[in-house]
Amino acid sequence: MIQDANFILLIVIVLDLYIVSSSRLDTCVNATALQGAALAFLPFALWWKQASSGEMIGLLLIGAGTFVVKSLLIPFLIFRSIREANVRREVEPSISLHFSLFTAAVFVAGSFWMASIVVFPQSPPASLIVPAAFVGVLVGFLLLVSRQKAITQVVGYLILENGIFIFGQILFKELPFIVELGILLDLLVGVLVMGIAINHISRQFDHIDVNRLDELKG
Amino acid sequence: MILEIIEQIAILLFVPPLFIGIINKMKAWAAGRKGAPLFQFYFDLWKLLKKGEVYSRTATWIFTAGPIISLASIFCAGFILPLALSSSPLGFKGDIILFAYLLAFGHFFILLSALDTGSSFEGMGASRGAAFSAFSEPAFFLSLAILCIHAKSVTFKDVFHALPWATWGFAHPVYLVAALALFAVLLAENSRIPVDDPNTHLELTMIHEVMVLDHGGPDLAFILYGSSLKFFLQAVLLVHLLLPLPSTNWYFGIFYLFIGVFGVGILVALVESAVARIRLSRVPQFLIGASILAVLGLILSFYKGAP
Amino acid sequence: MLYAILGSLMILCATPLAALFAGHRERMILGIGTFGNLFACVLGVSASLFALVSGEQIFLKIPWSLPIGKIAIGLDPLSSFFLVCIFLVSGLSALYGKGYFIHYQGKKWLLSPVFFFSFLVASMVGVVIARNGILFLAAWEIMSLSSFFLVTFENERKEVVKAGVLYLMASQAGVVFLFVLFTLLSRVSGSFDFNTFQMSSLKMPGLANTCFLLALVGFGTKAGFWPVHIWLPEAHPAAPSPVSAVMSGVMIKMGIYGLLRTLLFFGTPPSWWGGLIIGIGIVSGVLGVLHALTEHDLKRLLAYHSVENIGIIALGIGLGLLGQSLANPMIIFLGYSGALLHVLNHGLFKGLLFHGAGSVQHSTGTRNLDALGGLYRFMPMTGTSFLIGSAAICGLPPFNGFISEYLIYRGAFQGSFYFPTLWGLFALAIVPALALIGGLAVTCFVKAFGIIFLGNPRTEKTTHAHESNIFMVIPMIIGAVLCFVIGVFPIEMIYLTAPAADFFGGSFTAAEPAVNSLLMITYAAAVLFILIGLFYLLRRGLLRNRKVEKSETWSCGYPAYNPRMQYTAASFAEPVLAPFAPLIYSRIKHQKTPLGYFPEKAHYEKHLGDIASEKWLLPGIRRVVKILSQFRIIQQGRLQLYLLYIAATFAALLIWVLIKGGY
Repeated sequence: MIQDANFILLIVIVLDLYIVSSSRLDTCVNATALQGAALAFLPFALWWKQASSGEMIGLLLIGAGTFVVKSLLIPFLIFRSIREANVRREVEPSISLHFSLFTAAVFVAGSFWMASIVVFPQSPPASLIVPAAFVGVLVGFLLLVSRQKAITQVVGYLILENGIFIFGQILFKELPFIVELGILLDLLVGVLVMGIAINHISRQFDHIDVNRLDELKG
Repeated sequence: MILEIIEQIAILLFVPPLFIGIINKMKAWAAGRKGAPLFQFYFDLWKLLKKGEVYSRTATWIFTAGPIISLASIFCAGFILPLALSSSPLGFKGDIILFAYLLAFGHFFILLSALDTGSSFEGMGASRGAAFSAFSEPAFFLSLAILCIHAKSVTFKDVFHALPWATWGFAHPVYLVAALALFAVLLAENSRIPVDDPNTHLELTMIHEVMVLDHGGPDLAFILYGSSLKFFLQAVLLVHLLLPLPSTNWYFGIFYLFIGVFGVGILVALVESAVARIRLSRVPQFLIGASILAVLGLILSFYKGAP
Repeated sequence: MLYAILGSLMILCATPLAALFAGHRERMILGIGTFGNLFACVLGVSASLFALVSGEQIFLKIPWSLPIGKIAIGLDPLSSFFLVCIFLVSGLSALYGKGYFIHYQGKKWLLSPVFFFSFLVASMVGVVIARNGILFLAAWEIMSLSSFFLVTFENERKEVVKAGVLYLMASQAGVVFLFVLFTLLSRVSGSFDFNTFQMSSLKMPGLANTCFLLALVGFGTKAGFWPVHIWLPEAHPAAPSPVSAVMSGVMIKMGIYGLLRTLLFFGTPPSWWGGLIIGIGIVSGVLGVLHALTEHDLKRLLAYHSVENIGIIALGIGLGLLGQSLANPMIIFLGYSGALLHVLNHGLFKGLLFHGAGSVQHSTGTRNLDALGGLYRFMPMTGTSFLIGSAAICGLPPFNGFISEYLIYRGAFQGSFYFPTLWGLFALAIVPALALIGGLAVTCFVKAFGIIFLGNPRTEKTTHAHESNIFMVIPMIIGAVLCFVIGVFPIEMIYLTAPAADFFGGSFTAAEPAVNSLLMITYAAAVLFILIGLFYLLRRGLLRNRKVEKSETWSCGYPAYNPRMQYTAASFAEPVLAPFAPLIYSRIKHQKTPLGYFPEKAHYEKHLGDIASEKWLLPGIRRVVKILSQFRIIQQGRLQLYLLYIAATFAALLIWVLIKGGY
């Protein structure tokens, strides 16, 4: 169902904007979890009509894996590091939230513009796939650049990855689902490592401000 | 025609306080209380209408004109919006613009009458009220523009019936985005949580209530009824948007209007019960967020191969 | 009717000469000046209205012995429409000036304002009826110079002279572009006559773009487009109020007129012209009103509102241009009609508001909002007119500002429905921009009116305020009534703008559904008034036998309440300005925060300014001045040296001619 897929993608875009505008860490993480849950249904919504029974298993596996990793495991890990590192619950952006929201809006407009220009060898299965993917990547970068806390860096990284995940959906037919699962695993490991690192950094230095990581160099 | 006008007046006169009653009742239930009677707001208005007035020595005629003019302009806007039928007595091509500006005119006079007493509290309320409505204005227009573009018209009558209601929702998520933005505007313009708390009675934290601190008696009744009317009108707008059900049958129309408004009331009550109030400095961001949501909706409307 | 207008032009020129004979009898000077100008304006308004309604198009060529050719003047609906605005606002201001300048009697020689006021009006008329580049530029320069002398009326004050010099610099910088523009056009067409411009411009498409940009900068400087508006907030406050009213009400519109006239030289414009003007309009509108919100000086606030309203006019013009390039006669009509009607409306309510500001300043001696308060009790007529002007400038129904904004809204929506995607988005962008401008304007004028006229007097001075004299009050009342009448009976006004809008290729018949909907606004206004009456009667009936008391304002139980605790203009505007902080230049100085546990003296000052002037233009100008002052070395003050320069120039020219040869 293309319309269902578009609906999911719209939710993803709205959540991207919501994450940019929210000032609290746990709202950010919860919204990321919700986005992960929404994305878990995306492959299924896109492809279930054309999928053979073998591919069907793949679809279900990707969906289930995405759901478990992105909306349960990773948020759980992040929340644990927030708790253990005793992070203050504010986002602490380096540019004002109004401005980041405005920038995100410009990115959204730009993404739709790019999507209407870029030509793909095979047409994307749902019209919103390309813009939503662009929005994810750009907003992810925005978060990585403009936020100071390590936790929000992780959130930014996740959003970025979600954007790439959406891109990946165009190539579902070509790409074996094992690759997708592999990416998921990578992501999980990445977040795990970052969580541990955050814990250690905060234990060592009493803060997790990434702007001050440069003090670590010799 | 005459019947239509009488029907419109009757709805405008008697339904809005009930709408407030529904919300308050729902909020009470959600909090596990029994709550005030459903018709409490009518009793309050009746009580106020029976009272005398006390005016500040500082105030001029603007203080007393504020409630009258703002109520009159909201009521006039009520004649423009189709309620139970698909048309309205004052509806015309381009009436959406006049509707929004009439509401703004009413607000302008409430703001001035707040400043008229020279009280610092009311000045504070007027300042916030003016700022927040300045931010909600573009959000309101942007979300209505989404509908207008689909209907290719700036008229309520056409906009409400631009889409058959069966294809709504998944097929046209743009409408959902517009509804979300309009809902945010509804909450902000009518001083509901998360922007303002209608129940708070501390002068420093209020927005709408603190503007009318010095009004009493019939003046306050006009203001309270006027604000419930404005709330009702914006709720009707949302109802017509979400349930674009063409109806020429009056009984059917009124039934569906009641169901819809009841639904919006429940939604507002749920939001009020579940969400905390945001900091005052974050309110503009809430409304800018609503505008940006509406911009997203507009981009979707213009996007080739849009859903 | 051109002859009647020429007649009023004659009266305008004769008035100062007649006043000259009055010598130093100041009352007589003022009397002659007011009577002459008023008479000329009444004659002019009736003549130009008649010409507009009858759709007169006339063209006159009078031979002239000067080498630049003939005097070419003419009338067409566009000129007639602007003439109506000029005569109407100037007439009101002339009357107001009688009451205003009388207070300077004995302090200043009143011939100067009378003299230059007449010349300002006459030169504006000249600009509008000129059909020849040279004549146009001559009138334009007289306009700039006479308004410069009016701005520097109080030339004993240092800041007034500074503002005047800035104004002169800005207008001369603008006129440079116009010289280039007309020279270019005349080189191509072989003559300075406007009708030859029209013929020849079609030949070279590249020329059109250059000319458009030149006109945009040249006329935009006069009109006050952002960011070349920097002279407005300096010159308007410096000028006497009747002069600010004319300058802001009609003189800056000469920039709009010039732009429109230039646009008529070219055929169908490319779409990007419209897009560019819409962009300029949005930026001017939003930033204009934002900076108005930061201001505490009433006249500076109004000056920034001129930038905002010029932005709204630009939105209409941009829309009309898009309509022209995409061949949509309905949108052309709505855009240009909206823009032109807003020219008239802005003239009316801005004139009214500047008159009100003048009355406030005259009565209290200050324009600082935070020193005022509670003036309504002392000045009810000024207060009521100012209130109507405020509602009108915010674009609220049932006043005239709403009508022009309504037309632009309708055009913008039509554009977003029927234009191709990109230009549709441009048209659509007008909608939220107008809504935001409207919302911010409401905030700004609630602030201005509420802080000045409502509440309690904030300073001692304000408690001695008094109503202005009859000559100052009457123009304000007329202005307020006109704002109201246009707002309630808008459809009649469309018949005035229609001929001019049709001139640009708009079609009244195509726009008829939208125009007819204006009739419903009349009905809605009627319903509104009936409702106001009903509720008023209801309230009176309810309170008939009840107790209505007077008491103190509720101050939360605090006994030592004083008027200084009222909300100030700065605190009123803070919540709305906070999110826009990056767009406003702010400078914090004198910051002294208390340290330690015990209270001590603290100080904090924050000044908000304009990014365009504080960050970009003024530093740029300073740099240019620094570079140019290097050239001072050639100015030695020795006569021999100057003669040497002349000789050297002569020799250089001679050599050049000899080398070039070929004659």
